[in-house]
Amino acid sequence: MLLPIVASVIYLFILAYLSLKAYRGTKTTQDYMLGGRQIHPMVMALSYGATFISTSAIVGFGGNAGLFGMSLLWLTFLNIFVGVFIAFLFFGKRTRKMGHNLDAHTFPELLGTRFNSRFIQGFSALVVFLFMPFYAAAVLKGGVGYLATTFNIDFNVTLFFFVMIIALYVSMGGMKGVMYTDAFQGSIMFAGMLFLLIFVYTKLGGVTQAHTALTNLMQEPAVQEQTAKMSAAGFQGWTSMPKFQSPYWWTVVTSVVMGVGIGVLAQPQLVVRFMTVKSNRELNRAVVSGGIFILMMTGVAFVVGALANVVFFQTEGKVAMVAAGGVIDNIIPLFLKNNLPGWFNTVFMLTLMSAAMSTLSSQYHVVGTSIGRDLFEKSLKIKGDSIIVTRIGIVISILVSALFAYVGNQLKTDIGVIAQATSIFFGICAAAFLPVYVGALYFRKLSKKAAIASILTGSIVSFIWIFFIHAKNASTIGLSKLLFGKPYLLAETAYAKLALVDAVIIAVPLSVIVLIVVALLTKPDVDEKHLDKCFNGIK
Amino acid sequence: MVLGIPDFWIWSAFLLSILSAVACVVYGVMNWNKGADAEPS
Repeated sequence: MLLPIVASVIYLFILAYLSLKAYRGTKTTQDYMLGGRQIHPMVMALSYGATFISTSAIVGFGGNAGLFGMSLLWLTFLNIFVGVFIAFLFFGKRTRKMGHNLDAHTFPELLGTRFNSRFIQGFSALVVFLFMPFYAAAVLKGGVGYLATTFNIDFNVTLFFFVMIIALYVSMGGMKGVMYTDAFQGSIMFAGMLFLLIFVYTKLGGVTQAHTALTNLMQEPAVQEQTAKMSAAGFQGWTSMPKFQSPYWWTVVTSVVMGVGIGVLAQPQLVVRFMTVKSNRELNRAVVSGGIFILMMTGVAFVVGALANVVFFQTEGKVAMVAAGGVIDNIIPLFLKNNLPGWFNTVFMLTLMSAAMSTLSSQYHVVGTSIGRDLFEKSLKIKGDSIIVTRIGIVISILVSALFAYVGNQLKTDIGVIAQATSIFFGICAAAFLPVYVGALYFRKLSKKAAIASILTGSIVSFIWIFFIHAKNASTIGLSKLLFGKPYLLAETAYAKLALVDAVIIAVPLSVIVLIVVALLTKPDVDEKHLDKCFNGIK
Repeated sequence: MVLGIPDFWIWSAFLLSILSAVACVVYGVMNWNKGADAEPS
């Protein structure tokens, strides 16, 4: 018990040192919101990766891999190819340049100033403020749950101390504090996951042997008995895709893979990272460490989550889902606790603490700037100290997400609360922002009216689909039951199968169609001089 | 059967994940010194 305490104290001291260093280097609004646009490429890549990957990916989606198997590796592929390669090269470079041209400090500000629209900036900030706490609560639950188990402390007490520490260093050091600590935390995460990968493959006799053992697991009568209910939902083993168009297939393909895999391109807390470096050279260099980092995070989490079934079966005669008592979010913590050496649990505790803190700090920072900079200062034109308003925004978002995490801890759902809340936020961002973001960067003539119509369509359709149509989300949230007496509106109707489809599959295409149709029906309404400024230096 | 995985859709995802990380490294290294356009609220 002494080792985790000593390690945690040293870890917190290093965080305090880095935050203090950042605090001393933060003098202007640009420092506070963008790190002075002078961030080192390695720090930027680690910060992007550590922000992208949270306890949600490791505990939440890793646990999902324990249930759905290696089919989640399609998300790993999208995380690297779309989330790093496409994001840095096709979005990052233009975002950096346009953000610089327009002196934009945040993602809503980039969209708002690009179309000369205070409404776009204010509404985008409002979407971030309203829905980011869902995602933050998911990350909080993953981190706090693991810490509470490690230290044997009550969940709510751990939650309180955890959010207090993050609140302190985010509000103090601004973006520099967030990115310096991200880089430190990202390094710990990389080491922890690398060891976990080596440990599990070594324990199971090598890569091919481990995969073969996982494939053969389905031949065991005990496993067939334990997975009978899963098989009825489309499960065909941990090294096979779920049965085409089965409930499991819809969940894996639309909610987990597409929702998060595409949604990453329009994450406000990730987009703002592109604006913190001074030239495209830094982005070229950041791609190197970004790709390896994401492979080591989600690739390892999903492979280990699936292989946990072999280890659990060898040691307890149960598959992971049964061993974890039917709670997906408990699979990874339980696997680590039961199978890894004690000292490694300390290393992994720091890995998960880093994963949670690095993502939460960015989430809170982006909610704070959405309120302080985008909504009050720019959209509503309220005069005042935007850094103070930002800090108030950070405190509000922390309180709301802590409340959601507390409520989420009481829930038990079959995709896992952590992964569910994460895919909700990623899906909303994809539908509301992605079509407009692409248009803003690549289509000079796109009208302001088309941009507004697309953002509104994506947001409203996502909201309706998530809260009232999608079976799992609507049932978990409970608003449909409260208002209409049905867990979701399509329950017990001929269209019940449609309720398996994630909002992202419906809302993103609709948002794109509306953008194109309105763009064709309206004349360009952003003046040429402003467009010259936007696209200055963009080839 | 590739690397002990029988389903094409799974082993291709496994290999594509590794290949896309390699592509990131190759691109980054080949363009290591390109794009420096250091500019001067």
